[in-house]
Amino acid sequence: MLLDAALQANAEHQPARHALVCGSRRVGYAELNDSANALAHAWRSLGLVRQERVCIFLDNSVEAVQGIFATLRAAGVFVVVNPQTKGDKLAFILRDCEVRILLTSARQLGPVAGELLQCESLRHIVLVDAADGGTNEPLIRAGKSIHRLHELASAHSTTPPHNPGINLDLASLIYTSGSTGQPKGVALTHLNMVSAAESITHYLGNQRDDIVLSPLPLAFDYGLYQVLMALSFGGTVVLERQFTYPYQYIELIRRERVTGLPIVPTLSAILLNLSDLHREDFESVRYVTNTAQALPVHHIRRLRELMPRARLYSMYGLTECKRAAYLPPELIDTKPTSVGQAIPGTEVWIEDAQGQRITTPGRVGQLIVRGAHVMAGYWNRPEETARALRPGRYSHERELCTGDLFRQDEDGHLYFVSRADDLIKTAGERVGPREVENVLYEIEAVKEAAVIGVPDDTLGSAIKAFLSLNEGTSLTASEVVRHCQSRLERFMVPKHVEFRPELPKTATGKISKQGLA
Amino acid sequence: MLCESQLRSDIRRFVIDELLMGDTSVVLRDEASFLETGTIDSTGVLEVVMFLESEFGLTVLDRELVPENLDSVDRLVCFVMRKKHAA
Repeated sequence: MLLDAALQANAEHQPARHALVCGSRRVGYAELNDSANALAHAWRSLGLVRQERVCIFLDNSVEAVQGIFATLRAAGVFVVVNPQTKGDKLAFILRDCEVRILLTSARQLGPVAGELLQCESLRHIVLVDAADGGTNEPLIRAGKSIHRLHELASAHSTTPPHNPGINLDLASLIYTSGSTGQPKGVALTHLNMVSAAESITHYLGNQRDDIVLSPLPLAFDYGLYQVLMALSFGGTVVLERQFTYPYQYIELIRRERVTGLPIVPTLSAILLNLSDLHREDFESVRYVTNTAQALPVHHIRRLRELMPRARLYSMYGLTECKRAAYLPPELIDTKPTSVGQAIPGTEVWIEDAQGQRITTPGRVGQLIVRGAHVMAGYWNRPEETARALRPGRYSHERELCTGDLFRQDEDGHLYFVSRADDLIKTAGERVGPREVENVLYEIEAVKEAAVIGVPDDTLGSAIKAFLSLNEGTSLTASEVVRHCQSRLERFMVPKHVEFRPELPKTATGKISKQGLA
Repeated sequence: MLCESQLRSDIRRFVIDELLMGDTSVVLRDEASFLETGTIDSTGVLEVVMFLESEFGLTVLDRELVPENLDSVDRLVCFVMRKKHAA
């Protein structure tokens, strides 16, 4: 099965049912399927060949979803990039995986256009809006063609294009922060993604009448899968641009009779902070899922009081396999800090440093994942791939070393302990400290910079920067934050900044993070 | 008495300094939605509330945290005028 096959089937079985609700727009299955077909023909007309990459650089929107499915239909590989990403990082990604087509908006394109001039493989820029930002001229001179999405779509047939793809082909690259300071693309096949989606929808018990409310970005696998899963089981996604106005979110739950609420701890923290929440109507909610960071236990208790009929799922995963573990919801009150067991059809276990399986309760080791959901590898990164994927039970098979340390209880249920490396898990994203440190070193006054994660109730870990300054210079924390905001996505910006006369060093003179907290 | 033009310029300054991080390459139109232009996120909303409360001595109720009140310079101006008028 290919990842887009279920959309075709649902378009035939329930053409009028809403697949997407986005603001005031409601898009039925047949309409979405037709637009994906037309755009797939358009991608081919722009020269896209099997397995070439299409980047989607847009807010959560109907067009972003159309772009994803059109790319799959054309046997291409979609790459969704967070719309907050700055020009240099976007250009890095476009070059890294040699993107041919960029789907974006004039508003998004404006600030990054200059950086795209050097992206040689990029031939076509497709804009979802009609506005002309005035930045197109240099791009055109650099050999890039600019197109309008609606013109492309209306010029092509809505019949399904011939698709030679098989399920071992790549469906998507999802870029995550790496330890080297450069993002790396997690390469996922159709089989990987269909396997993950089937396993998750199985334990959630998803049905066609489910209506899922997602304000999570499509560049984040948790947000992306809300759409992929709902369109596979034939439900509806209420896709919000982001979680901004909590009462608008509550009103949507009531108005759309939402049954599924995927959340992260930062979202529940804002929601649960509202007074009078107990007066709101959450009657329609059948399940709530949480991942990225453990929900604080007091959030769990409050959510259970507010939505007594809803099942609450604590889950754990990483982009490299989408999801690894979930806690059966009947255990949430007795084991609120556990992420439970392997998702259906997969296997997980913990190992000590010698590679021996740990069965003793309480002992800490690295979590290993085995299953059809485990990624194909990192795009063009053989060494990092070899570190993450090792030969498995059979020599042809690969198992995923998560780099996350866990312990288990007497029943084999898992508890997250920490990262094995220095990557910081914050608000559901992994952040490589080097990427933030590189940006801090751009500030002239900064002599030394070290970035670590510190415990935070809602973010899991918050990013903290330690700085020492060059003599005779001065710098304030807000200047540091402001610089980072101009250079990094929001989740990477330090929440805390501390100045030290100098930073601790190892015997060899390298900055030591051991003594920092 | 609160002067609308002063209020508008205070709000614009706040949005440019704090939400847009002083980015002068962005043209801030008074009627443009903060959401649609990517000017704001959930922490930005909390910054807006703190600004309204400290600068204008308002109390913003949870219920008032909706885009109708907060999602553009024009809407913020109307919201503050209405709250001040009611007080």
